[in-house]
Amino acid sequence: MALLEVKKINLSFGGLKVIDSLSFAVEENAIVSLIGPNGAGKTSVFNCLTGFYRPNDGDILFADRSIARRKPHKITQGGLARTFQNLRLFKNMTVLENVMSGMHCRTSAGVVGALFRPDFQRREEALIRKVSEDCLEFVGILDQKDRYANNLPYGDQRRVEWARALATRPRLILFDEPAAGLNYDEKERLVQLIHRIRDELGITVLLIEHDMGLVMKISEWIYVIDYGHKIAEGTADDVKNDPHVIEAYLGKDENVAA
Amino acid sequence: MKSRNPSAEPKLPAASSIDDHVSPHLRLWMNRLYPYRKFGYAALAVLLAGIPLIANNYILEVLSNAWFYVVLCLGLNIVVGYAGLLDLGYAAFFAVGAYTTGILTSHFGVNFWLTIPCAIVLASLAGVIIGGPTLRLRSDYLAIVTLGFGEIVRIAARNLKITGGASGLIGINRPVFFGVELNQIYHYYYAFLILAVIAVFAAYRLQHSRLGRAWQYVREDEDAAEAMGIDRVAVKLCAYVIGAVFAGIAGCFFAAKMTAISPETFTFSQSVLILLGVVFGGMGKIPGVIIGALALVFFPEVFRAIGTMRILVFGIVMLIIMLYRPQGIWPERRN
Repeated sequence: MALLEVKKINLSFGGLKVIDSLSFAVEENAIVSLIGPNGAGKTSVFNCLTGFYRPNDGDILFADRSIARRKPHKITQGGLARTFQNLRLFKNMTVLENVMSGMHCRTSAGVVGALFRPDFQRREEALIRKVSEDCLEFVGILDQKDRYANNLPYGDQRRVEWARALATRPRLILFDEPAAGLNYDEKERLVQLIHRIRDELGITVLLIEHDMGLVMKISEWIYVIDYGHKIAEGTADDVKNDPHVIEAYLGKDENVAA
Repeated sequence: MKSRNPSAEPKLPAASSIDDHVSPHLRLWMNRLYPYRKFGYAALAVLLAGIPLIANNYILEVLSNAWFYVVLCLGLNIVVGYAGLLDLGYAAFFAVGAYTTGILTSHFGVNFWLTIPCAIVLASLAGVIIGGPTLRLRSDYLAIVTLGFGEIVRIAARNLKITGGASGLIGINRPVFFGVELNQIYHYYYAFLILAVIAVFAAYRLQHSRLGRAWQYVREDEDAAEAMGIDRVAVKLCAYVIGAVFAGIAGCFFAAKMTAISPETFTFSQSVLILLGVVFGGMGKIPGVIIGALALVFFPEVFRAIGTMRILVFGIVMLIIMLYRPQGIWPERRN
């Protein structure tokens, strides 16, 4: 049984059809990519999966439960984390505080805990800190933890986002263009990191990416969409040679993207 | 993964550029004196506790009022400073507390101390009533709704029989504390001082907690906070309710001190005044908010000699501060 199953979802904004009867599935423990030309609706798909948009119809099953009408925070609690295409860090907070936000949905202390600091609250705070530091260590920027997020170089800000998503302890992580703006070395390390996320942490990975080199290198399965509709799927080699894909990317009046 | 790319950008200095307004000398002295802060707190405690021995009634009146505003401003700071929600009707929550005590003691003869839990419950309820349906709104709309709510409470108090209509309630019973009736100004000086200390303590602990961080996440970026699994409506509602409780409790003691309350105490300008204290000192920063509240009370007293001109001067000072220090007078603490 697939971990994530998208069943014929549709989404329109007014008269504009953004997602057109799209279905796909992500198997547990896989690394899967969703690609497509600019404006194909990839980020809209992510927004549907994470509850920011509600599909007009169709269903989304995550671990066999429907999440199509759930609120974003409930979906994250359920084990589906995401990163944003344009960095969305809490800029005026430290790196560690940013990552600690991920543990919010795994902990429970409220007003009483805050005011009286009973034992359970102290243990919980220590746990939040520990898990967050582990996540920073995992992405390799633990030494930056006390700096303010907006003072970090761009590549490190990306890593803060990854660490923050990992800190929600997800079963599935959605990366929205994780390689955008990274240099060659950083991309190499991203490839390693994605493999480690799957192999060491056992987290399934679904990513949207424009860097075809990276996609072809790490994806075990690729879905190609265009105009919100799935045009191809398969392994890297299948997709590369698929005439529909070539047409979508290199077609008459498209800008060359691949 | 420990080794970082050597070709990456050079490290920026640790001190951030957010606030360079504090002179290096002041910063140095603040750091040097930091280890001795316990003595400072002790000296301050002795000073504040000893003031009634030497001060006259006028000074005690002003200071009680100042502590009272510290509580209100710290309460509003939770809503505005921590959670980032603009509230233009905060006086309504303060009215709920004051009227709860007023009505229960004068109409029903309830002991003052028992009215406090009632006020807490009612103020929370008021927080939920105003917050529940409106917190899905974004800031500007929320501000308008809270403004309306503040006016509804005041006008309701003005027109209901139980609240005494426009003339308000008189003859509110004085509380008795271990056999002593609290009827001297220094009693209220201490009462409000203790409330203010509790408020500072509570605000500090809330700020440095899971909940306090959640408020900051929501304030910085609502969507990102939601994506991290934070229920933004619940977190905001919580800020609203806690802010309301601060004001409710302060309102109870206000009613007891004045023995008479009227709707005109809880006007829109009262709400604005409290908000001013928060913004003036620096939203979200406890020492700043305390200073803001004190400035609010002391300023008109110090400039009493110039009569109504002082409102003008106050306005000009506000303008200057907002132009040159929009983040408030208290410096940001950065490491």
